[in-house]
Amino acid sequence: MRLPPGVSGKDFSEALRQFEETVGKEWVFSSDEDVNLYRDSYSPFWHEEEEPVSSAAVAPDGVEQVQKILQIANAYKIPLWTISTGKNLAYGGSAPLLSGSVVLDLKRMDRILEVNEANAYALVEPGVSYFDLYRYIQDKGLRLWIDPPDPGWGSLIGNSLERGGGRTPMRDHFAAHCGMEVVLANGEIMRTGMGALPGSKTWQQYRYGFGPYVDGMFSQSNFGVVTKMGFWLLPEPEAYRDGTVMVQKHDDLVPFVEILSYLMNSEIVQGTMLLESPLLDYRASQGGGVLDMPGGPSIAEMERLGKDKNLAYWSATLHFYGPAKVVDAQWEYTREKFSSIPGAAFQKGRSYRFPLKLGEGEDAPRVALGIPNLSIFGMLQSTQGHMDFSPIIPMTGEAVFESLKVFGQAYADLGVPAKNQFFALPWSFFPRSFVLLFGFPLDHDVEKNRKTREVFKHLVQVAAEHGWGEYRTHTAFMGAVSDVYSYNTHALRRFHETLKDALDPNGILSPGKSGIWPGRMRQASA
Amino acid sequence: MKNIGILLALALALALAAAFAALAVAAQEQRITSSWTVATVSGQGQPRGYVEYQKYCSACHGEGVGRPGTLALQAKYKGAEPALLEKRTDLTPELVKTFVRNGVSIMPFFRKTEISDTDLDAIAAYLTRNNKR
Repeated sequence: MRLPPGVSGKDFSEALRQFEETVGKEWVFSSDEDVNLYRDSYSPFWHEEEEPVSSAAVAPDGVEQVQKILQIANAYKIPLWTISTGKNLAYGGSAPLLSGSVVLDLKRMDRILEVNEANAYALVEPGVSYFDLYRYIQDKGLRLWIDPPDPGWGSLIGNSLERGGGRTPMRDHFAAHCGMEVVLANGEIMRTGMGALPGSKTWQQYRYGFGPYVDGMFSQSNFGVVTKMGFWLLPEPEAYRDGTVMVQKHDDLVPFVEILSYLMNSEIVQGTMLLESPLLDYRASQGGGVLDMPGGPSIAEMERLGKDKNLAYWSATLHFYGPAKVVDAQWEYTREKFSSIPGAAFQKGRSYRFPLKLGEGEDAPRVALGIPNLSIFGMLQSTQGHMDFSPIIPMTGEAVFESLKVFGQAYADLGVPAKNQFFALPWSFFPRSFVLLFGFPLDHDVEKNRKTREVFKHLVQVAAEHGWGEYRTHTAFMGAVSDVYSYNTHALRRFHETLKDALDPNGILSPGKSGIWPGRMRQASA
Repeated sequence: MKNIGILLALALALALAAAFAALAVAAQEQRITSSWTVATVSGQGQPRGYVEYQKYCSACHGEGVGRPGTLALQAKYKGAEPALLEKRTDLTPELVKTFVRNGVSIMPFFRKTEISDTDLDAIAAYLTRNNKR
């Protein structure tokens, strides 16, 4: 039997016995077979000693059981690792960061506590998935949309606490939340925002409550166990349409992104878009890289190729949501603005009215229409999973050029051939900025995975050197990523550690998450 | 693809007609938002495990557009076996349980809090109902 670090066999057995008393024997998992189910399916350490694995898992069915579990964990100093639906694939899955931790599996807490149609919000528990809430809304015939991430099986709470994103206008999941209930390490229940006022009538309507706004502290962190969370939902719009804008020259990207930025910040273009390059895709299909490699073709050569093959250099499909008349006007206005770029071309895309009719929209961009699904997995290249490197870059053409050059050079330095240069052009998953999502494929091949981890770590450094930080990362790299957020001798991390020591003195909550270690483990990890 | 679309539309139309008959819905338009993500499914008249299969498996292994499990099996078997798991006649409970608890390729494994042993028994029963052995 694997033990949590620093815990004796005797204490662990006693803790497990008390967990069983709390949740029932059926919901404490300590056999090898059961504990294996808590591995990271997409672990970059498969077959290696280094792979962090849990010692056990415990699955409560409600807040009272969570409180008792934390009390037990405090008594025996058992490190826990909290998961909601445990579908954080590409970022660590359901496995802990610290090997030997006990996974606190909140999947059974799957009640949808309220969905309010008139004020368009929901209050849910951690085990509620996007599929669950969608089904509830469809069953009740409510005119509300959810905003699922690409895979719909994740938890609203889990995903938004990780600050994940979706595709509709409500794509910034953490921003869309309103009010939380948290169980603190000492077992106390705290409600944030308006929830701190007993009998509050606006817990899911006004975010900030009174005094310091603390919700952010529970995102990507280990300061408490979130047991309820409110979310603002989009009222079902009348219509959706999309359209594609294309420009021909390399340097057109600068005005292209300027106009895009204006339109997005003015909320004329909404939701998540992906910048694409039909020309670079073509080059990639011919064996060349997408990135700007030293010794690669010149801009003039690329533009000639583009003209030859009739391929735009840059393009993006833009999305519009709202009343039919309004989205039509927004697309017209968008065309007008982009027409200031000589050679700009447009392609009318799809349009829908809601609710959709049976059989309609089979080929629709479902995630962009608030319909959870798993089709994204059909588009992955990897054989055994992947992990995401996700730096944030400015929303400018210049930043895109710089990233193509910088990462091109980084791969050249690492000797990575073009076909293995995992890169992505920017998405606008979050307002006001671009995010790059490189999906590094994983194999059950130790040597390959080791090399991939080295490349990943190198890219984290290279990105930081250019002022780009990751918005989220895999548990394997949380230390490395938190290290680069080092302003004023890591003032932010030292602040986190001060809070950690005050809120979780026994260090029982998700040690190591986002580089935050409890005091008693801090020296060991330095 | 067109045939699948028609079959799917037909199958769903029938299923929905049955479901709504009980509610005695009048001539107003029925609200159906999607033909691919399952709302609550009725198990009436269906074999054991049908409901569990729809709930836990169909998003990847069902029929229609964007089902990555079905797509992967299509690529793997190239028609030698039905890509649709529900149509297989050679599955055994042990095989089904092995894949669910161990995963394969990019299919992850599922915990007991996601798919309980009871649910898994039902899913296995459904997928092996056509195995004559």
